[in-house]
Parts: sequence; C-alpha cells; structure tokens
Amino acid sequence: MALLEIKNLHAEIDGKKILNGLDLTIERGKVHAIMGPNGSGKSTLAYVLAGKPDYTVTEGEILFDGESILDLAPDERAAKGMFLAFQYPLEIPGVATMNFLRTALNSQRKKRGEGELSTPEFLKRVRETAAKLNINPDMLKRAVNVGFSGGEKKRNEVLQMALLEPRIAVLDETDSGLDIDALKIVADGVNRLRSPDRGFVVITHYQRLLDYIVPDVVHVLSKGRIVKTGGKELAHELEANGYAEFQAEAAE
Amino acid sequence: MNAEIRHIKTSAETGLAQEFAAARAKLPGQGAVAALRDTAFARFDAKGLPHRRVEEWKYTDLRALMRDARPLAPAPDQAGKARAAKAGQLMSDVDVCRIVFADGVLVPELSDLVGLEPGLSIRSMAQALGSADPLVARHLGQVFPSDDAALALNTALMGDGALIEISDGATMSRPIHLVFATVSETPVAIFPRSLVVIGKGARATLIESHEGPDAVGHQCNAALELIVADGAEVEHIKLTTGASETLHISTLMASLGADVRFNSFAFTTGLAVVRNQVFLRFDGAGTKAGIRGASLLRGKQHADTTLVIDHAQGGCESRELFKSVLDDEARGVFQGKIIVRQHAQKTDGKMMANALLLSDDAEADSKPELEIFADDVVCGHGSTVGALNEDLRFYLMARGVPKHEAESLLIQAFVGEAVEFVADEIVRDALMEAAVRWLAERG
Repeated sequence: MALLEIKNLHAEIDGKKILNGLDLTIERGKVHAIMGPNGSGKSTLAYVLAGKPDYTVTEGEILFDGESILDLAPDERAAKGMFLAFQYPLEIPGVATMNFLRTALNSQRKKRGEGELSTPEFLKRVRETAAKLNINPDMLKRAVNVGFSGGEKKRNEVLQMALLEPRIAVLDETDSGLDIDALKIVADGVNRLRSPDRGFVVITHYQRLLDYIVPDVVHVLSKGRIVKTGGKELAHELEANGYAEFQAEAAE
Repeated sequence: MNAEIRHIKTSAETGLAQEFAAARAKLPGQGAVAALRDTAFARFDAKGLPHRRVEEWKYTDLRALMRDARPLAPAPDQAGKARAAKAGQLMSDVDVCRIVFADGVLVPELSDLVGLEPGLSIRSMAQALGSADPLVARHLGQVFPSDDAALALNTALMGDGALIEISDGATMSRPIHLVFATVSETPVAIFPRSLVVIGKGARATLIESHEGPDAVGHQCNAALELIVADGAEVEHIKLTTGASETLHISTLMASLGADVRFNSFAFTTGLAVVRNQVFLRFDGAGTKAGIRGASLLRGKQHADTTLVIDHAQGGCESRELFKSVLDDEARGVFQGKIIVRQHAQKTDGKMMANALLLSDDAEADSKPELEIFADDVVCGHGSTVGALNEDLRFYLMARGVPKHEAESLLIQAFVGEAVEFVADEIVRDALMEAAVRWLAERG
C-alpha cells in the first residue's frame, strides 16, 4: 500500500477552484518533487494535505496508509505523521519556543497512545537535534520565530520536523527567501531525515533546491492537476524550457 | 423658567438612603469624619447612581446593573471568619504579611498584626476613624479629590479597612496582602476603605484580593487611598476573582511624589460586574508609573477599567496596558484619560488597551482620551479589538497541538504580554496559573 494516495482531488477557497482532479501517489522512502508555475495550486495542495480550514475539498480522496484523512483536524493529521514545513513560518509572540515544541511533541505522543516525555527527556532530545542541525540554542530561548531571520525560520521548521519525526513531510517552497548558504543548511537537515519509511513532498518553483535535495520523482503541477511525471532529469528540462508547454496543455 | 431636572429615585437609591439614615449614628467616627460622610452622602444623593448619560459611566450603567441595595453587612460570625481564613489562596505560594477582612471587618486573629517588620504599622481603619487618628485627619478624602458618585457612596458608608504606614527608608521584605473576603451567606453590602502612606525611599508590595462565594449577590464598594513619598518603590496588585454574582466597585486614588517607581496590576476573573477606577496624580518630577491589568471574562460578566492619570508635574512617565479576554456574552470596558497640565513639560505617556473576543456575542468598548495642555510632551494611545488569529492557530494545530490547547497557548501569550510587567516572579507565576485555570474551564 502506498504511503499517501491522492485521488481526483478537487479543492477550492472562497468559491475559487484551485485543485481540479489531482492524482498523486507518494511511496515510502521516496522524495517526490512538485514543480509548477505560480498559481498552479502548489501551496493549496500543501495546505489541503495539512487540513487548513480555509480550503474546502469538493471531490476526491486523500488516503494516508489507506485511510481517508479528509475528516481529520490538522492536529489529528499531525499525530498520524503528517508534517507541513511552511513557506512562511509564522511568528507567535509570547509563546516560548521550548513550550511550543514540548506541547506539540507531547500532544502527538498522547494522541498516539505513547507516554508523554518528561522534561529532562524532552530537553535532551531537543538539544541533540538542535546540535545536529547546527541550531544555536539561544534561538530556542525566544518566542516562536519572533525576530528570526528568514533562514532561522526555515531552520526552525526543519528542527520541528526532526523532533516530530513525521512519516510524510510536505515542504512548501522551503527555498523561498533563502540565500545559498541557508539553503544548503536546510537541505542538509532534510537529507538527514531521509529514511526508508518516510516520504517527502518537496514543493518548489525552481530547480535549484533539487540540486541539494535530490528527488526520486518529479511531478509537474499545472492548473490544479499533475500534468507530467518523470525522473529528476525532468526538473532540469523545466529549468531550461520553462512551464509554458504545460500551461498550454492543461488549458485544453 | 428653569426647573431642576430630578430623576425619580430607583429602588437601590432609596435603599441606600435608608441604609445611610439607619447606620449614620453607628458608623465609626465623629466630628470631622461624620461631616465627611454627610457631605459625601449629600453628593451621592444629589447625583444618584451613575448611569449611561454620565460620561464617565457611559458603558457601566450602575442604575441598571444595581437593581437593589443590599443591607450593610453585620459583623461576621465564627463560620464567616472560618470562610475568610481560607480566602486569598491565589497568593498561597507567596510569603506574605496577611491581613484578613471578613465582610469588610478586620479579623485580628486571622491577621499578621504582631511582630510586624520594622517601619511598618498596620491598624484597623474603623478604629482610626473612631479615634481622630492624625493620618486620617490629614489624608482621608484628600489624596485625589473627586466628585465621583460611587466614591462618594464609599465615603458615606465606609466601614473598616486597613490603615498602613511605612516609614521613610523602610524596605518591606514580604508583600502585604489585604484579603477582603465577603463571607455572608445572604447578600450584603460592604464599603471597605483603606489608606496607605508610604514614606520617602521606602519599598513595598501591596496585594489586595477581593473574593466571595459563588451565587450570592453581594455588593462591594471599596476605596484605597495611597500616598507614595519621594523616591519610594511600590508594587500594587489587585485581584478580583470568584464570586460569580457579586457587583464590585473599587477606586484606587494615588498621589506619587518625585522619583517614585510605582506599578499597579489588576487581575480580574469572575464576578458579575467589576468597575476598577484608578485616579492617579504625579505630584513630583522624575516618577515612572505603570498601570496595567488583565481581565478574563465569560458568561454575562462585565468588567470596566476607568483611569484618570493626571500629570500634574512634568518629567514623569506613565505606561498603561490592559488586556481583556472576552468569551460568551462578556463585556470589557476600558476608559483611559491622560491629563497633561500646562506646566507638565517632558511628560511621556503611553496607553494601550487590547481586547480579544472569543465569541461573536462578546463586546469590547474602548475610550482612550488625551487632554494635553503642555507643548513639549510625548503621548500616545492605542486600542485594538480582535479575534484569535486563525493562521497562528492552524500553525500550532499543524504541529499536533489540539484546537483548544492551541487557543489556550495564544490566549496565555496575549495575557502574558501584560502580566510580564509584574515584578515579583512568584506573583507573576500565580497570575499565569490562574489564567491557565480559567482557560481550562473554558468549554
């Protein structure tokens, strides 16, 4: 059974149709890149997978381990192992990063029937994970993402991902707003998390990110549907020729 | 021909007049004190209970909210004192000098009145009123003259309270905690009146807590006059909690000398109606004052914070920050007036009120006012009313935090932005814990 199966997915926001019969299957241990022009529905797909309430699924299915997750709230999806790394991670003034991380981790563990981590266990785990990702512990003393640079925010997303150990990670334009050094650090963090049980959906507009997170499969999204699927060479093709061909195809 | 417009007295106003007439001879104090009461009652009687056409009470129509006057509380019995002994638990982790009032009356056997630290004197206000105490003669009713009708009612009917004096240079090692517990099982009215005089360069923390039983419609009209002499540092915390049917009015009148550091924080949960009035005047240069608070309200609760901050002297800084969390049909009111007198140059005043509406039926009313007569000042005010940020909630939920807990974290953060100004860490933690308990009770 595939890790994630998206079948004929239609979704809209404020009455505007964005996804129009999207089909996509994500396999365990594989990195799937989703590329597409602006407005093709990349971020909508990410939000719909995570369960953002602004979006309405009007048709189709999302099966995680063969079970539909459409009726699950975002926190229930997270506890099942869904993780969305945000394109623009939000700042949460007044909520301490450590408190946020502990609440998130223990909420998930509780929902899965695992025991909550004690404070020392939790602290040890955060320290180790932060060290692996070259994250300055001072960053963890601040409120969530408050005063963080773009690169720090993305690194904090990767830290959360590493700590929460999801089974499927959706990275929404993780490369946006990053310089090359920050991009390498983030990609390195993602690569460390690659494992035979974990699937990745890497959403990006540019091929550049895929030099650092090398995908197994590349899909082209246009007008809310997957219009082409290929190997990693497809990304280079897109970089050279642009998306014009697919936009015309999808319009027919 | 001008006929004086007189309103027909409400049942509550008639009841208050009867209470005053019956109690007048028995209330503590003769001579000047009795004259003060008579003048105050005449002022109240002429104005009646404040209502929505009185600008200062526009959003808290006492005539509508106070249908009947409760009888003056009799002296508490043993059972009542036993209930008072359990009050003030919110501060149970704080090592305090605890002074307990049951139905407005000082209970010496429950209070730390002996072995007070050097420089501290605490007496019963009722006794001081009855014995022509010089502090009373000098200051009572003088700290911030006002013709407010609710304050006049307190002055007319004032019973007991605390008379506290801290001598010049004395540093209090423990906060002084005034516990006002309403304990009667039938609805009563209490009118506590306190006077606190803090000497030059002294340091003290004063905590007042007001609480009572659920489901008994008590009425409390409390007033506290505070004089802070030059160079003193004072923290004031007011807790108004529990007592779901109680109507509570309180007036803090403060006069701050030069180079004073003064912080006041009002924390309000529960109660049917709360009106917290703060009348504060800067009487010396170089003083910094922070007047802040947080209210967490649900059901049909109503809490009103009304400030008059009078920069009578220049070179002072005032900071006001109030946070209201309003659920169900609760209503939060903020009225803040900053006055900068013509000669009060180099005044720095900033006022902010933020309301968080958790329900479509909750209401926040905000009325900041600046009256500036000086030309070299920095003054500003702001006010926000909004709902919880749905994107932040989604972000937290996407990490696995359930909806209710995600909202609680965001509300704690909102309240925390004001609570963090409370200097004492243990007090601060106790307030945040109380906020967390309130959130846990949220449906």
